[in-house]
Formats: sequence, C-alpha cells, structure tokens
Amino acid sequence: MLPLCSRVLLSHPFSPMSLMALREQLNMLVNSMYIEGLLDQQFQQLQMLQDASSPGFVAEVINLFCEDAERILTELTKDQAVVDFQKVDAYVHQLKGSSSSVGAQNVKLACIQFRQFCEENNKDGCLNALNVVKHHYYLLRNKFDTMLQLEQRIQAYDSKQQN
Amino acid sequence: MAVGGKRRWWWKRRAAVVAGVTIAVSVWVGSHCYFRRENMAKAEEALVSMCEERARMIQDQFAVSVNHVHALAILISTFYYQKQPPALDQETFAYYTAKTAFERPLLNGVAYAERIIHSQREIFETRQGWTIMTMKREPSPMQDEYAPVIYSQETVSYIEAIDMMSGEEDRENILRARATGKAVLTKPFRLLESNHLGVVLTFPVYRSGLPEDATVEQRVEATAGYLGGAFDVESLVENLLRQLAGNQDITINVYDITNASEPLIMYGPQIPEGYMPLSHVSMLDFGDPFRKHQMHCRYREKPPLPLSAITTPFGIFVIIMLGGYIVFAAKNHYDNVKEDCRKMEELKVQAEAADVAKSQFLATVSHEIRTPMNGVLGMLDMLLDTDLNLTQKDYAQTAQVCGKALISLINEVLDRAKIEAGKLEIEAVPFDLRSILDDVISLFSSKSREKGIELAVFVSDKVPEVVTGDPGRFRQIITNLVGNSVKFTERGHIFVQVHLADNSDLGADEKVHSGLNGLSRSEKVQIMSDCTFDTLSGFEAADTRNNWENFKLLLSDEMCLQEASTSDKEPDIVTLIVSVEDTGIGIPLRAQDRVFTPFMQADSSTSRNYGGTGIGLSITKCLVELMGGQINFISRPNVGSTFTFTAVFKRCNKDAIADTKRTLSEALPTGFKGMKAFIVDGKPVRNAVTRYHLKRLGIAVEVANTVKMMLNSLTRQNSNFRTGRQPYIILIEKDSWYTGMDVYLHNQLLMLKQNDCVLELPKVILLVTCEYDKMSSGSLVDTVIIKPLRASTVAACLQQVLGMEKQQKKELSNGPTNLRNLLAGKNILVVDDNKVNLRVAASALKKYGATVECAESGKDALSLLQLPHKFDACFMDVQMPEMDGFEATRQIRLMESKANEQISNGGASRGEDSMIVEWHLPILAMTADVIQATYEECLKCGMDGYVSKPFEEQQLFQAVAKFLVSKPSSDS
Repeated sequence: MLPLCSRVLLSHPFSPMSLMALREQLNMLVNSMYIEGLLDQQFQQLQMLQDASSPGFVAEVINLFCEDAERILTELTKDQAVVDFQKVDAYVHQLKGSSSSVGAQNVKLACIQFRQFCEENNKDGCLNALNVVKHHYYLLRNKFDTMLQLEQRIQAYDSKQQN
Repeated sequence: MAVGGKRRWWWKRRAAVVAGVTIAVSVWVGSHCYFRRENMAKAEEALVSMCEERARMIQDQFAVSVNHVHALAILISTFYYQKQPPALDQETFAYYTAKTAFERPLLNGVAYAERIIHSQREIFETRQGWTIMTMKREPSPMQDEYAPVIYSQETVSYIEAIDMMSGEEDRENILRARATGKAVLTKPFRLLESNHLGVVLTFPVYRSGLPEDATVEQRVEATAGYLGGAFDVESLVENLLRQLAGNQDITINVYDITNASEPLIMYGPQIPEGYMPLSHVSMLDFGDPFRKHQMHCRYREKPPLPLSAITTPFGIFVIIMLGGYIVFAAKNHYDNVKEDCRKMEELKVQAEAADVAKSQFLATVSHEIRTPMNGVLGMLDMLLDTDLNLTQKDYAQTAQVCGKALISLINEVLDRAKIEAGKLEIEAVPFDLRSILDDVISLFSSKSREKGIELAVFVSDKVPEVVTGDPGRFRQIITNLVGNSVKFTERGHIFVQVHLADNSDLGADEKVHSGLNGLSRSEKVQIMSDCTFDTLSGFEAADTRNNWENFKLLLSDEMCLQEASTSDKEPDIVTLIVSVEDTGIGIPLRAQDRVFTPFMQADSSTSRNYGGTGIGLSITKCLVELMGGQINFISRPNVGSTFTFTAVFKRCNKDAIADTKRTLSEALPTGFKGMKAFIVDGKPVRNAVTRYHLKRLGIAVEVANTVKMMLNSLTRQNSNFRTGRQPYIILIEKDSWYTGMDVYLHNQLLMLKQNDCVLELPKVILLVTCEYDKMSSGSLVDTVIIKPLRASTVAACLQQVLGMEKQQKKELSNGPTNLRNLLAGKNILVVDDNKVNLRVAASALKKYGATVECAESGKDALSLLQLPHKFDACFMDVQMPEMDGFEATRQIRLMESKANEQISNGGASRGEDSMIVEWHLPILAMTADVIQATYEECLKCGMDGYVSKPFEEQQLFQAVAKFLVSKPSSDS
C-alpha cells in the first residue's frame, strides 16, 4: 500500500495545496480502511482499473455494490420469521460475490460465515450473522460515502484546473 | 512464620521424644515392679507353705510325745492301784522309760514326782532315804506339800529328789495340771544342765476312782503324783527342722504368747533376724489350752530377684524404645516428605507459571519484533526497487536475506511459543495436498540441484485430491523435514511419499503379494545387478521399508483397490502417512532420543557445519501432534534418516469444496490428456515418481528399463501408436543415458518412422538431477528437465517441446503487457448475474484492451451466442439463478456440436471449414471457489478452464493464454 500512495502523491507534484490535502485525506481514509480490514487487495485492483477513460469507475462500482447490498439486506431482513435457507443462501452468495469484487473484505468474510450457518440450517446463527454483515456493511458504506465525497471534490478541482 | 513453625515443630518433636521415653521408662518400671511383686507373692506363698509344714510337723511330734507321756502317766497311775506306795521302783521306771524313749523323741526325759503333803514328809524322807531338795540342791524348806521326783529316766536322773514345787514354773505347772487333769506346759525357760530353752510338760497322776467330771478339789485330793518331761525345744526343733528341705533359707522363731504383750521365745535367736518384711506366723497347739504358741517364719535373706524380672522389662523397654523410634522416624520422614512435596508443588506451580509466562513473553516479543521487521523488510524491498549501484544493491540484498532469515527464525520461535502457550489453532480448510508438495519441492529445487541430490515426491492415487485441514501447517511440516533433509544430505536422494495410512499397512505382508507379479521379479534381478539398493537413487536408505519391494506393493495394491473401492462409502477421516526419506549423514545414535527437543541439534558441531537453530523438529512434532498425528523416525548414521508422520484430515464433500475453497496453486494445464509417454528408467521407485507426475497431467505412461527395451516395445506395439493421434514422448533418465546415445536413439527412431512404426518422431526428453548433467545430453535431445520433477514444470517443458505454446516463456516474463497483447481486440462475453461483479470483470478485461459484452443471465448469454457469433471467449459465472454456468455451457456446446455436425456433413462450404475447423468457443468459468472439484465439473460440462473471481492477473493470463494463443493475435 505504501507504493500506491506514494505513486498517487507523486503523480501530482504541482497541484495546489488544497488538492494535495484532499488527496492526502483520501489516501489516509483508504489506508485506514485497509488497516481496519474493511478493504483488501481487490479494492486496489479496482483503483488501478480507474483511469482517464473511465474516471468514475470506482464510484460507479461502489454505488452498484451499495445498491445491490442494500437490496439484498432488505430482502434478508424482510423474511426473518420463516427462514428459507436456500433462498437466503442464494442472496448471501450474491452479496459475497459483489463484496469480493469490490474488495469489501469484512463483509465478504461475514458472508462466508453466514453461508456456513445457512448450510447448517442454524436460524439463530443466521440471524446473528445477518447482524454482523449489516454491521460491517454500514460501517463500510459510511466510509465509502466519505470516500466518494472526497473523490468528487478532487474531480471538481481537476475539472476546474482543466478549465 | 517459617521460623515459628519450625520452632513449634521442633518443640512438638521434642515433646514426642520425651513422651515416648517416659512411656517406655514407666512401662519398664511398671513391669519390673509387677515382676517383683509377683516374685514376692511367690516367695511368700512358699514361705507360708514351708512355715505351715514345719508348724504341723512340730505340733504333731509334740502331740505324739505328749500322748505318750499321757499314756505313761496312766501307766503309773495303775501302779497306784490299791498300793501306797506304788508297786514301782526306780529301776523299773528307768528301764521302762529308757526302752520307750524312742516314743518321745522330743522329750529329754521323764520323771515322776510324788505328791507329798508336809505331814507325810518325814515318813517319805525316811522311806526314800534322802531329804527333799529344792531346785537349788538345798534341803527343801518347809512347805504345805512337796513334789519330789522319785522316779526318773536316766537321762534326767539329776533331778531325783528335787522338789518340783520349788521351781516357780514347775509349781505353777503342777497346780494347773492336777486342777485340770490334763497335760500342762510351762513357759519356756532355761533347762537345768543343758541350759537349753525348753518347756516342761506335766501330767497329773491320779489315784484310781476319779470320776470324769470330778471337781478341782476332788482332783487335788486324788492326785498321786506328777509325771513331768522336759522338752528341749531348741535342740529338738533343730533336729526336726534339719530333716526338712529349704531349712537353710528360712529362720524360725517359736514364741510362747500366753502373755500376749510379752512373748517368750522358745526357739530361735533372741533378736529376730533375717528378712523382716516377709514373715509368716503359724499358730502352734501343743495340747495345753492355757498356753498359746506361735511360730514365726521368715527368710534368712531377702528372696533373690529373678533375672527375668530385670531382663524382661528391659527387653520390653528396648522394644518400646525401638518401636517409638520407628514411629518417630516414620513420622519424621513422613513430615519431611510432605514438606518436600509441598515445596515441590509450589516450585512446580512457579515453574509452570514461569513457563507460561516465558511462552507468552516469547509470543509477545516475537510478535513485537515481527512488526518492525516487516517494516524493515518492506523498506528494503522498496530500496531494492530504486536505482542502486551494484555494491549498494549487494548490501541491500544481504540485509534483506538476513532480515528474512531473522523473520523466519522469529516465526519459528513464535510458533513454538504459541504451541506451548496453547494458542496455536489448526485451521480446517480444503486444500490440494499435491500442489502443496509441489510447492515445497520447488522451494528446495535449486538447493537440491546444486548438490546433485535427487528430490522427488510421490502421492498415492488413493489420497484424495482435496482434503480439509491446515495447509499452512502441513506445508510447514513438510518444509521443515525436507529442509532438514536437504541440509544434511550431500548425495543420494530425498524422497517424500504420501500414502493412506490403512493402505500402507499392507506393505507388511510382503510375501503374500510378491508372488503376484512374477514378471517384475525377473526384472528386479536385473535391477539388482545395476545398483546396490532399490531406493530412489540407489543409495541405501535408513528405513528399509521404503525400498522398491514395499513401494511396489503399495502401488499394485492401489491398482486393485482403486477398482474395488469406487463403490465403497468412503470414510470421513483421511489418515495419511507421509514419509521423508533422505540419504544424508543421519542422526548419531546417542542424539536420537532428543531430536525433538527444542534447540537441540545432534551435536554442537552440527550447527557449525550446517547452521540452524534446531527448533524446527520440535515445532514439527508439535504441529504433527496438533494435527492428530504422530511423528517418528528411523535413522542410521552415514546412511540416512527417514521421518514418518501421520496426519489426520477430513475428506471434503463436494459442496463444501465449492464453497469455501480458494485455489492454492495454479491449475495444471489440461492439454495433455490422452497423450502417451514412455519412461526409460532402470530404477523402479524413480520411474514410479515420474509416472505419478505424468499421470497428474493425464498422460498415459509405459515403462521400460533400458532404451533398448523401449525400442523393442515400440516396435511391438506399433499398431497402437499408429492409431493414436497424439504425439509421443520419451522420457529418459540420466542413468540410462550415455554419450552417443542421442545419435543412436535418433537413428533408431528415424528407422521406426520409416518403417511406419510411429507416425512422427517421438520427442525425447532427458531427466537429470543437476545442471552439470545437462551439458552431456547431446544435441539431438529435444529438451532436458532438471529434477525435482513437478507436474507443472513437466507440463511447461512438454508445452515447450510439443510447440503448444511457443511464446509462453517470453510471455511469462512480462505478464500484464502480454495479457494486453493476448486480449487486445478480442471480443469477450462476460456472463454474471451480479451487476457488481459484471462491471468489475468487464472493466478489468477492458483494461487489457478487450471488447467486452455483458450478459446478466445464462439465457441472455445463450441468445448472444447463437451461431455464428463474433466472440473469442466467454467468461461464465457458475452460480446464477435460473440457468447456471454449467447448464448454459452445456447448451452452448450442444449448439456448437450441432453446427459442427452440419459442417462435417458438408453443410458448409469447404472454404469456411478451412478457416474454422470447428466451432468451439473457449468458455472459462468464473468462480470465487476455485478448486479441483469445481474444475472437474467445469471440464465435464464442456468448459475449458476457470478463472478466479475477482481476477488475478497471473491466473487470468494462464487461463486465457491456453485458448487465445493458439490463434495468435493480430497486433502482437
């Protein structure tokens, strides 16, 4: 992760201080998320995929992920009374897929746990796991929100400069 | 506290000692007294009986004498019968009494005194011829009456004519006797003449006609005289007693106690002598009721204390003292032991606490060291990426190597500490055992090549592809063992084998099976002539169980078991036996029992020669035990060591595999299925290893011992190969190779080809152990594989030789750009129901220049893939609702095969046919759970491979390269 941030910093050696500060802030945020285990290498891959041709790629993926996750979580929360383990399993699998694509490590791990409970047809375990998943997800979404705001501001600066 | 306790304890002990001694002494004294008293009682009893005996005897004797005197008195009285004076004279009396003296042994003599009234004195004196004398031999003064002795026994003749009434005692006697008419005794007095103590017995002699109940006056009136006798008590008693036993022991006093306040002594010393406290008094009855006599007996000396009265108590005392001492000593000992035990417990608790503290400390410190070390290593990594001159680079690299060594040491210590603190937990995840072994082998490949050691791995076919366990720890164990082996082996081989535990037991009953394959027996004889031992490299191994004999059995066993066991329900637990055999320096016998002790190498010189800390094996043992196994070894110095351990894993059910497993290694290429290979190798163990690796690639294998045999069998089986489409490969071991062989072989093969035995020239591959051998291979060999063999290296080599991927080498060196080359301009369809995944995958592929289309379900994909289509490849998610990836692929393949049939049936034009041989869209599964089982399923439903999701560059490249390279991209 160190090389990454240094690269980001070095790539804009002459940008104004506020822009530098914003980038610094963004880096700090992302780094802290790595350290907390919210994100893994995959997110780094995502960041690397973002380039001039697709400036909003990360944001787009994050938004997709959040929509997807929220939809699934709503579904999962809805039918708590009668648990159809297969259905739940399918949902959790999907959530696991998207979270691993985004690099949301904690959510992914929680999903794996969740699926194990599903297989055991352990209702209490599932409910617990759902709470854990939610917990991690909301934590992550908050961070993502901050991250996206920062990125927007950076892009705003960029476009201003270009103008 | 302790001092006080000790003091109290000391006091207690002292008190116990004192109490013990007191008890013993008192018992001693008590028993002694008891014995004494007992003795006294006995003595008294004896005294009483002796005394009584004497008393009775004296009494009897006395009575006899008295009776006789009585009889004499009556006799005399008869002489008075109508006679005055009696018809008796002195001579007759003396004669008679002398003759009858034996009847009166107690009497000195008897005398008869006649009663003379004063009035008759003169008549009497004249008749007798003498005057009556007093006791003092004087003529008697005038008295009322006299009792002069007229007859006397000769012994007492001196008292003749003496008036008995002149003596005080005699007079009293006479008066009392005639009044009572009975025998009367005087009190004792000194007798005349003898001067002995004596008594005088007096009987009255009455004239006849006295009635029985006469009054005193009548009696006095009838009295004729008095018969008297002197008892010389002293001499007589003495004579009597002399006859009795025990006479010396006792003294006897006889008293006249008529006057109780003033006893008169009759016999015995005047002053009582002898042992005073013990005496006995017996009453004596001498027939005179007026007189009372007593006999006092006592011992002359104090009765002696018997020896037993001293020895027995002393014995008891000694016994009690000894017993007390034993109890005391036992108690003391018990106290000491208890105290020691308590101290030991305390120390043990302390030691345990210290041990735990140590482990925790180690764990903590190691962890704390690791964190900054990681920083150091990371920075060194980055430093190495910067522009450095050669010296700097060298320094930095050295630092890095040292740092890595330090980290690995710390990790080991940490592991050890964790295990000791019980903090190490064993994971349970599915993993591919074979790929782990391959990894370990490749880790040590450079070292083994340098040393020229053969390093080989063999996994039994019965071992499942995927097991659930802790791959990291398993790898660590294998790495430790192999690392050790590599370190200590200079020649020969290192051979890692994995078998099922229940299976390898069969190796024991060797004899039963050896008859089964007689053919290989004859081959074996031939082999034996070549090399000394049937091991991997021909060097002797420590554990003889690993030689070909047993190995073969395991193999042949597998063959038959495989056929039978497929239908069986497989158990849930897989117990594997892993053995690591080397032909190194071995472990000295004296060090063998502490091999698994931490920081203990065989001897201190070992660490100088070979380095290392010696912690590895102890960790290995701990790990093996944590995994539910056991480790042991057989080692012979200078021959080698074989470490064998068992490990218990769980069998994976397919679903669990699909869900939790992430790939641990790259998948093996699958392009070799159906190929055939010939191995030329004289050593059966080694060719089994080679066969194992080729089998994993799906290559059918035949074995020949020499090149010649190989050529023969080629010629024989030519018909088989003619039909086979696949190229034929020949792998030759270095041992079977010699200079000039290449030319010979080439010519032979050419000949075979000309004879139409083979369709095309087989590829010849030489297997060597070290770089040096590579030189001697000759020019006509297609390639050389340097051992250790790994399925993936073999695969790479084969690909190279067979021209399957000409560019692979180059591409591997710079992956991403080549991935770009591979994918640029390609049309790729990505199918995934998950929008996020779809977007990410598409974006990643786009980054490499591919044109990407997306489909969100299997059905969409099918409609997009209606033939003909423009896509070069398809990435298909496996798990999708409605139609999953497998089903979609099956449908696509169905469509394609229909189309292909049409083409081959001539439905399409020839031109098209030459362009596209047949429709086959490379379909790659995208799945997060990449493991062998999924892979097999992918292949089963017609997929070409899989990529992990999210994409990993290297793996994506490998997967894609297989399919897209065969159609080289236009812009590369």
